Amino acid sequence: MTVETHCPYCALQCGMTLTGAEVQPREFPTNRGGLCQKGWTSGQLLSTPHRLTSPLLHGKEVSWDTALDFVAARIADIQQVHGRDGMAVFGGGGLTNEKAYALGKFARIALRTSQIDYNGRFCMSSAAAAGNKAFGIDRGMPFPVTDLDDADAILLVGANPAETMPPFMQHLRGSLIVVDPRRTATAEKAMLHLRPAPGTDLALALGILHAVVSDGLLDQDYIDARTTGFASAWRVAASWWPERVERVTGVAATDIHAVARILARSRNAYILTARGTEQHASGTDTVSAWINLALALGLPGRAGSGWGCLTGQGNGQGGREHGQKADQLPGYRKIDDPVARAHVAGVWGVDPAELPGAGRSAYELLDALGTSDGPRGLLVFGSNPVVSAPRAAHVTERLKSLDLLVVADFVLNETSALADVVLPVTQWAEEEGTLTNLEGRILHRRPALRAPAGVRSDLEVLQQLAIRLGLPKAAFPTDASDVFDELGRASAGGLADYSGISYSRLRDGEALHWPVPAADHPGTPRMFLTEFAHSDGRARFVPVDHVGPAEDVDDEFPLRATTGRVLVHYQSGAQTRLIDELVRVSPESFVEVHPDTASRAGLADGEYARVSSKRGSVRARVRCVSSMRPDVVFLPFHFPGVNSLTNPALDPASRMPEFKVCAVRLDAWGES
Amino acid sequence: MRSVVIAGYGMAGARLAEEIRRRDPSGERVNVTILGEEPHLAYNRVLLSGVVAGTMRPENVTLHGPEWEDRVRLGVSVVSVDRGARKVSLSDGTAIAYDALVLATGSRAWLPPVEGLTADSPGVVAFRTMDDCAKILDSASPGAPVAVLGGGLLGIEAARGLAGRGCQVTVVHPVGHLMERQLDAAGGAVLARCLSTLGIEFRLNARVSGYVPGDGLKLEDGLVPADLVVVAAGVKPETSLAVEAGLTVDRGIVVDDCLRTSDPRVYAIGDCAQHPGTVSGLVQSAWEQAEVLADLLTGNDVAARYHGTPVVTRLKARDVDVAALGDVHVDVDAEDAEVLCLQDPMRGRYAKLVVREDRVAGAILIGAPDAAATITQLYDGRIPVPSDRLAVLLGRALPSEATVAGSPAELPATALVCRCNSVSKGQLVSAWRAGATSVTDLASATRATTGCGSCREAVCGIAEWLSTTT
Repeated sequence: MTVETHCPYCALQCGMTLTGAEVQPREFPTNRGGLCQKGWTSGQLLSTPHRLTSPLLHGKEVSWDTALDFVAARIADIQQVHGRDGMAVFGGGGLTNEKAYALGKFARIALRTSQIDYNGRFCMSSAAAAGNKAFGIDRGMPFPVTDLDDADAILLVGANPAETMPPFMQHLRGSLIVVDPRRTATAEKAMLHLRPAPGTDLALALGILHAVVSDGLLDQDYIDARTTGFASAWRVAASWWPERVERVTGVAATDIHAVARILARSRNAYILTARGTEQHASGTDTVSAWINLALALGLPGRAGSGWGCLTGQGNGQGGREHGQKADQLPGYRKIDDPVARAHVAGVWGVDPAELPGAGRSAYELLDALGTSDGPRGLLVFGSNPVVSAPRAAHVTERLKSLDLLVVADFVLNETSALADVVLPVTQWAEEEGTLTNLEGRILHRRPALRAPAGVRSDLEVLQQLAIRLGLPKAAFPTDASDVFDELGRASAGGLADYSGISYSRLRDGEALHWPVPAADHPGTPRMFLTEFAHSDGRARFVPVDHVGPAEDVDDEFPLRATTGRVLVHYQSGAQTRLIDELVRVSPESFVEVHPDTASRAGLADGEYARVSSKRGSVRARVRCVSSMRPDVVFLPFHFPGVNSLTNPALDPASRMPEFKVCAVRLDAWGES
Repeated sequence: MRSVVIAGYGMAGARLAEEIRRRDPSGERVNVTILGEEPHLAYNRVLLSGVVAGTMRPENVTLHGPEWEDRVRLGVSVVSVDRGARKVSLSDGTAIAYDALVLATGSRAWLPPVEGLTADSPGVVAFRTMDDCAKILDSASPGAPVAVLGGGLLGIEAARGLAGRGCQVTVVHPVGHLMERQLDAAGGAVLARCLSTLGIEFRLNARVSGYVPGDGLKLEDGLVPADLVVVAAGVKPETSLAVEAGLTVDRGIVVDDCLRTSDPRVYAIGDCAQHPGTVSGLVQSAWEQAEVLADLLTGNDVAARYHGTPVVTRLKARDVDVAALGDVHVDVDAEDAEVLCLQDPMRGRYAKLVVREDRVAGAILIGAPDAAATITQLYDGRIPVPSDRLAVLLGRALPSEATVAGSPAELPATALVCRCNSVSKGQLVSAWRAGATSVTDLASATRATTGCGSCREAVCGIAEWLSTTT
């Protein structure tokens, strides 16, 4: 049997077919028949010898009933002593919409805890917060990916799609401008590459806005007709003339003017942001600064132009819409909004007053685990925070301090290795579900093969636990299409309205971009063409100023470290590090460093370095790269330990940690 | 609550008010009174050359929005300070008590002693305030002869702006080369040459003996015709209040690392202040001083200190890229420093780099924007200068590695051809030898070209080469 499906990894959700476990690329608008090495080898996940097929209780194989009874009993004990919030849930941006929805519902009505968040907080939250502020709604790309094909110019900020979503590169046909401290594979394709010091993107955006005004390139008609707040945003940018920005960022003032000119003189232009500019303690403001620039140029809400964010995780978009977030209910509703609570409680058949309020954000949740007023038990679905959370060594300590750690996954990873109970669950090609890709299009993933004996779906796990916690079986259906229909009802009338979408429409191949408020609604591929989602229909400029990295360099930690990705690994590497072909290409942690910086630390290319920050250190093999700034080192974060370096300083709005810049030192391995 | 009085609402005073507000948004810690002599809200003086050049509209250079009208006493200045009673008397006849007084009185334009040249002479404008800008723009008709007195940074920015408006500009400068504080003679010459191509004329080493309204400036060797004389000959710190109040004043009001004057209840920041080791007159210094002082006055960080600001001079003028920093007056054959210098006057380029103890000690970069940006970062961050000094001087590394552009035969076997699927040239060759003797077969054997597709051309080239060699 050959099944049309999508790749299990990133948000591009490349179209592929599966015959058993054999992958072939297929034509789909996002990937146009292309697949990267991760996609090509994804079938090997289905037959990995590391597959879990039995629940583990304290490392020993046990029956499902034993494992689930144990978990339910421990939950009851913990909540008896520590209250409802004694239990917490940590989800993932790779979970299907159905699982994400069910997990949020499980937390709110089965555990009745406020303590739920997910690893998407580490990905999309800054872009989401800034998009909401500017447009009144957050859909990563408010236009189809294929619209990019006709752009005359594209400004890519902190994105490296040549490695993170390679087939996406086919859509970048116009003049490409890349903002990245490193000369990445993507930067090599650019007509103009700007290399700001890590943590200074906000100043750069202000400088380009300044140049737009000083060079007479402002789209005043658009600003008057479709926006509010330009004057206050400008007053900040007025103090960031390009020569001043040059001094802070290291980007030449002439290049700042050039970017303004190229974007303004293009008939169609886009500004796209990604994690490089978003994963900062000032990430929300930084994205706001890029959106301000887009608004000053009149790009958003105009067919053929716009601002968008490149979503990372496979369901990074849908995963943030249906209730995994600490402060949200399905349909992108706010959990503190009484109308939203009443609607969702109605769908769930509970009293709105019984729904918990907003809980802690991801890092704050992990940081509170096992502390006197923090949760004592945690359920983890589709995440590996031991590798992916900032200040990872500390997070590991917090996880170890728990009375109960339960991890549902299909293989063991660094987090489940610490778990009291590991529940073996189905993976992508063994189950049905939907994902929402980077352009807000809902995709149907079909099962291609049967899960191994002993494995259950996440939906079954939630149902079984809910029953043991005293809920009716019907509250947690295990059929994905039933869950989707309920999700549709729960999202109806919300910002991310899925109520008009059904499995049958998706099976028929309809390209449905949310919102889809009715069964006869064609979906919304392009948002904002006539109005933005704020009540006055206008987009908002947000006045933001540059503050710089949360942690400065000093004599002890004189270098700035930034983290990122390599082509052959995905996220914490829990899946890709199982595939030999990928591990052969990138087997271990490495650190890219300017050759002079390496030799000053007594290191040569290929040797092991110790990279240390105030929070921890990691071993990494030195790669001398002459295009690196001498004051910056780069490490991919797919390997354990790299995030022991990173700074958990949080963005005040999005609660995004500052993954992308921290102060480090470099030593030869073996010296301390 | 303590009363903080800020005398002056220019770049420094306005910034201090903002920084205090940022640290004390609801005014719970200190009660701030801001006194602004000019009748309008603060504006960004740095952008005035943009107003003259016509790239910036006057309404675009205001620093504060209308909400500040209630926060500032506009049109009121301090006329005297009674340090004993801790009171200032104001121009409107009232007085205010202070716990901390901040002098942010700025500086005023200096007029060189030239017969007939006063601030009130017809056709003479000192380039300093927004009102000056308005006067300049009134007189700067296209084709009009304009003399700019002073070939420093501000004079050159004004000259460039006026030339861009179509004026016939002559820069009259008493020294032998332009921007002599920041540039060496050779750099100054390259700059003059660049500006000449933009239509600006120069009278260097000029002794001005008089000004005749309607005619122009009289020089020893003739007349520089001018409908308008823009004076940009330097500034003097405005210290009269401080002198009268008996504070220690040298060139400016002397302050320590806490920005305190000789009276610890009186502070001074910005152009009027003189901090050891700091060149006054630069906005960056004023803003950094404002941050430190706001920390101290609000108690936000009582350990905050100001230790000076490294000076980076950057000309803001269209089509002319000049950066200068640190100590540049060092010869190429100096023994105590490593000095690199590249002169390309025909193309308007000049790059000089002074390195001491592996750090940037000074640099001049004309027409080399990439190098200017990089070297400034090395200078400010005290980052060791990369050993490839030439690349630093040029602003970009010379290509060191062969790229895929080389012929397929020359490409090493390990060269990555398809990044999306980690396929090297060697793997393509092996696949070919194993029978995959077309691009399609190579693609199915190795997956090269099946990701983003951008390596298709390279793979075709390799296939063609293989078909001719095997």
